[in-house]
Amino acid sequence: MTSLSELALLLVVLSNFVVLGTSRLSACIRAIALQGLLLGALPFLLHPVMSVHTVSLGIGTAVVKAGILPWFLRWAIREAAVRREVEPRIGYMASMILGAVALAIAFGVASALPLELVETDLLVPVALVTVMIGLIVLTTRAKAITQVVGYLMLENGIYLFGLTQSQRVPFLVEIAVLLDVFVGVFIMGIVVFHINREFDSISSERLTELRD
Amino acid sequence: MVLLALILAPALAAALAYLLPAVGRGVLMIGTALVHVALVGTLWVTPGEQAFGGWIAEDPLGRVILTLVSVLFLAVAHYAVGYLRVENPRGGRAFASCMLGFLAAASLVTLSHHFALLWIGLETTTLAVAPLIYHRHDRRSLEAVWKYLVLSSVGIAFALLGVFLLATAQPSGAGRPLVLEDMILHARALDPMWLRTAFVFMLIGFGTKMGLAPLHSWKPDTYGEAPSLVGGLMAGALTSCAFLGLARVLSICFAAQADAFVRPALIAFGIFSLVIAAAFIVVQGDIKRLLAYSSVEHMGLLVLGVGLGGVGSYGSVLHALNNGFAKVMIFLAVGNVVLATGTSIAGDIHGVLRRLPVSGVLLVVGLFAVTGSPPFGMFISEFTIINAALDASPWVAAAVVILLAVIFVGIAAMILEMVYGAASAPEHRDEPARSEERMRLAFAPAALAVIVLGLGLYLPGPLAEALSSSAALLGGRAP
Repeated sequence: MTSLSELALLLVVLSNFVVLGTSRLSACIRAIALQGLLLGALPFLLHPVMSVHTVSLGIGTAVVKAGILPWFLRWAIREAAVRREVEPRIGYMASMILGAVALAIAFGVASALPLELVETDLLVPVALVTVMIGLIVLTTRAKAITQVVGYLMLENGIYLFGLTQSQRVPFLVEIAVLLDVFVGVFIMGIVVFHINREFDSISSERLTELRD
Repeated sequence: MVLLALILAPALAAALAYLLPAVGRGVLMIGTALVHVALVGTLWVTPGEQAFGGWIAEDPLGRVILTLVSVLFLAVAHYAVGYLRVENPRGGRAFASCMLGFLAAASLVTLSHHFALLWIGLETTTLAVAPLIYHRHDRRSLEAVWKYLVLSSVGIAFALLGVFLLATAQPSGAGRPLVLEDMILHARALDPMWLRTAFVFMLIGFGTKMGLAPLHSWKPDTYGEAPSLVGGLMAGALTSCAFLGLARVLSICFAAQADAFVRPALIAFGIFSLVIAAAFIVVQGDIKRLLAYSSVEHMGLLVLGVGLGGVGSYGSVLHALNNGFAKVMIFLAVGNVVLATGTSIAGDIHGVLRRLPVSGVLLVVGLFAVTGSPPFGMFISEFTIINAALDASPWVAAAVVILLAVIFVGIAAMILEMVYGAASAPEHRDEPARSEERMRLAFAPAALAVIVLGLGLYLPGPLAEALSSSAALLGGRAP
C-alpha cells in the first residue's frame, strides 16, 4: 500500500498548490475538500490492518474535513455575500514561488530529522510543506474566509505529522481534530458579523482602529 | 477525587450558570470560587494526589499556579457581580458561564501531567475568554476578539505540532508516552534533535499565548477593548497557565541537558520583550493598553529568569505569582476609573483621587506594586532575577535594570497624571449609587493589594518549599 499512500501524499501537495495558484474561492474550497478526503484515506493506506481506531479516525476525518467544513465555508460565502475572488496581497506567481521554496525547505529539513517507525519517507516532508503553505495563505490573503482556508491547511499539515505517531501514542491525532472547532468559530464569526476582510468591514465600515 | 472536583465543579457550574436567573448566577459564581479555593487549600495539606493513572496529578509548580488562578478567580468573581450591575448589555448569562468555563479549563492546565491534556486545557481557555472580550458588543471589541482568536489559534496550532514533535522525540519503551514524570525520568533517552524542534514550536505556541514580544501583537488590542476584569483575568491567570505549559516542556529540556540550546532562546525572548515593552510604554496614551505592555514586560521577565537559571528560576516562579496578583489588582482599580469616567484615554482623566478616593489610592498602590517597588512582592522576585543576571553577565543585568527604570518612569508618569489634579469631566452617575458601587467594586482590588504587600513582607514556609522544588525542576535552585 506504500505506493498508494505516496500517491495520496503527492495529491495533498498538489492540492496545496491549487489553493496557492487559483483566483477563485470555489476552487480553493474544492481543493481543501479533496485534501480532507485524502487525509481521511491516509490512515487506511498507511495502516492496512483494520482496527476500530483506524476506521473511526479515517471516517471521522473525512466527514469533518471533506464534508462539514467545506459545506460550512460555501454556506458562509453565500450567507455573508463574500465576493468570489481570492484577493491576494502578493501575486499568484509570487505565491507559487514561495510555495516551491517551502517545498524545498520541507524536503531538506525532513531529510535532516531522524525518524524511526515511519511508513513512508514522504509523510514528514508533506506534513511540513502543508504547514508552511498554510501559513503562506494565512498571511498573504486579504479575505477572512481565505485565511480560514489557510488555517485549515496549517491544521491538515499538523494532522499529517500526527499520523507518524498515531500507532504509538493513543488519542494523539484525534485531538488535532479539536482545532477544527476554531475553524467553525471563525466561519461563524464571518457569517454573523460579515467580516469580509482580515479584521475589518462589518457592513461597509472598515475596522482598523486598533493600533499604536 | 479532589483533583477531579477542581476541574468538574467549575465545569458543572458553567453549565448551571446558563440556566439560572441573574441573582443566582452571582451566588453561583462566588460560591464555586469559594469551594475551589477551599479545595486548593486541601492540596497544600495533603500534596501528591493523582488520578487517571498519572495523567492528572499535582506537583509543587502546578499547585503554585493553581493557587494563583483560584484566588484570582475568587477576586474577579466578586468584582464581576458588582461590575455586571453597572455594565451589562446582554444579561450576563454567557459572561458567568464563560468565566466558570475558564476556571475549569485553567484548572485542567495546572493539573495536567500529560501534554495532550494540557494542550486541550489551553485551547479551551482560549475559546472560553473570547466571548468575555466581546462583552461590550461594539465594533472595536469585535476587531479585538477576531485578532485574538486568529493569532492565538495559530499559536495553539503550533503548540500542538510541538506536542506531536515531543511524542516523536520519545522512543518506544522510555515510559508512558507524553506523561511528564516519565519523560523527565527517561529524559536522557529522548532524541535531542526532535526535542529541540519540539521546544522551538512550543516556545512559539505558548509564547504567543503568554504574549512574549514579538508574538504579542494581540495583547494591547485585546486588553484595551476587553472589560477590565477580563483583561486582568487574562494578564494574571491565562498568561500564567501558558507560562506553566512552557515550564513543563522546559523541565524536560533541562532534565535532558539541552541547556545550551534552550537558555539563549529564552534570554533573547526575555530581553526583546523588555525592550518592546519599554519602547511602547513610554509613548502609550491609553491606560489599559499601557497595562498590556506592562504584561509583555513581566512575561519577558518570566522567561528571562528561567533562561538565566540558578536563582533566576526561583525568581521566575515567584514572579509569576506576584505578577498575577498585582496585574489583576491594578486592572480592577483601572476598571473602576474607566467605569466612572467612561474612557481609558489617560489624557482625558484627571483628579481620580478627588472623585474616586478609594480607587485613586488603589491605583497608586497598584503603580508601585506592578513596577516592582519595595515593599511589594514583585520587588523581591525582580531583585532575584536581576541577581541571576548578575551571575551570568553584568551587561545583561545592567540592560534589565535600565529597561525596568524606563518602564517605571513611563507607567508612573501616566498614572500620577491621572490621579492628581482637579477632577475633569462632569459626573455622570448619581452620588449614593456611586458610593455604594465603589465599596462593592473596591473590595477585590483592595484584598489583592494586601496579598501583594504580604508576599513582599513574608513568604510562608510551605510556599517557599514549593517554590524551591519548582526551581529545581526548572534547572535552578533556591536562593
